[in-house]
Amino acid sequence: MKKTPLYDRHLKLGAKMIEFGGWMMPVQYEGILEEHEGVRNAAGLFDVSHMGEILIRGHEALQFIQKLVTNDISKAAAGQAVYSPMCNPEGGVVDDLLIYRLGEQEFLLVVNAANTEKDYRWITEHKEAGVHIEDVSYQYSLLALQGPKAESILKKLTDEPLEEIRYYRFRPDVEINGIKTLVSRSGYTGEDGFEIYVSPDKVEKLWDDLLEAGKEEGLKPAGLGARDTLRFEAALPLYGHELSEEISPLEAGLGRFVKLNKGEFIGRSALAAQDVQGVKRKLVGFEMTDRGIPRHGYDIYADGDKIGFVTTGSYSPTLRKNIGLGLVKAGYSETGTEIQVAVRNKNLKAVVVKTPFYKRK
Amino acid sequence: MADMKDFRFSREHEWVRAEGKKAYIGISDYAQNALGDIVFVELPETGAKLSAGDVLGVVESVKAASDIYSPVSGTVIETNQELADAPEKINEAPYDSWIAVVELDDESELDELMDFDDYEKFCKEEA
Repeated sequence: MKKTPLYDRHLKLGAKMIEFGGWMMPVQYEGILEEHEGVRNAAGLFDVSHMGEILIRGHEALQFIQKLVTNDISKAAAGQAVYSPMCNPEGGVVDDLLIYRLGEQEFLLVVNAANTEKDYRWITEHKEAGVHIEDVSYQYSLLALQGPKAESILKKLTDEPLEEIRYYRFRPDVEINGIKTLVSRSGYTGEDGFEIYVSPDKVEKLWDDLLEAGKEEGLKPAGLGARDTLRFEAALPLYGHELSEEISPLEAGLGRFVKLNKGEFIGRSALAAQDVQGVKRKLVGFEMTDRGIPRHGYDIYADGDKIGFVTTGSYSPTLRKNIGLGLVKAGYSETGTEIQVAVRNKNLKAVVVKTPFYKRK
Repeated sequence: MADMKDFRFSREHEWVRAEGKKAYIGISDYAQNALGDIVFVELPETGAKLSAGDVLGVVESVKAASDIYSPVSGTVIETNQELADAPEKINEAPYDSWIAVVELDDESELDELMDFDDYEKFCKEEA
């Protein structure tokens, strides 16, 4: 089991550690609900160093990545980040990733921890002349500073004009209290915030400095538990739940990240066919009307038939309701549609609602 | 705070506090701490007949649902409706937050459960 450089700090802070994607990670410190609310109302600091990083460069790098992923990265300038699914020929999702354009022909792919090895293998299997591929995960630790107070906290430690870094933009050489970092305005919580990439030998100091700087604003460490409930309320997909090798990005409602007209890419013909014929399954949000919590894998019924399954379900700390995301037959995706979720062999009533469940003001 | 002398514990981290034939059942401090923030409790039906080891109810934290087992055999005669609206009470005061009252079939079943000192040792070994 792998450990991030902050492992001992997590233990000292009283974190509960769990195995996640081959890593021992903090799931919570004081409590998921408290950390969740802290991020919504002030700010939270997450150690997400388990994420994988793959560097692709070379004079054919851009064309190569264009064939690997569904989104069009040719329009992104250096300093921009692009979210994209990466598909198999059947249109299923190998992984979903964030692509940082470091230069004309240099890209950093940030991938899910559990998929890092699979992705690296997949990418190298499709390698073409003129590209160099390297798993550089060991060169990066990653902190996510998330919440409405994120900018004012980070400002205390840097002269960089952070307000100029817009959403999904980054700067590769930001000094934070003397530590060189890559700062990206992005995140996985539905709040404003930054993802900060730093050398593993500097991350302990950066973690301490940030927590110290954010004391007044109420900055607290937050674990993977809160990260999951936060991303879920914002209806951000999680690989292995809303996305998998058997679920296409069109079914998952990620059509805006699939650019069928950008030229050839892996999965294009399968996705184009789905686009023409219409998808058979759709990801929907729902709210329980009966008492009960939907959970990943529970069956969904309507009109007496099984119509799908829950991809993520939870109590929503912000809405104070029991809500879920589910993949259902396309005919049942309209807002207001009544469905049932099988919770411990009882069919409990729920209703399809609009997503995201939560959107910041 | 309850007097821990009156409590008996199962290896699945439930507690029982008996008043004659009436047994109050809840989950231990160790259990609530391991589960984290509790956001939902499914109570049994009154009148349900249970054997020791049967599912008494379900407690759900933010992350997961966990079955609660009855450490004793008997009939459910009362459930704690307060927990339906305030499941967090289990986190705040686990030994006051009984889930159900079971009328015992056989009081001698209590002798097979751990007392508080043995239970504390048991938790230390599990940790």
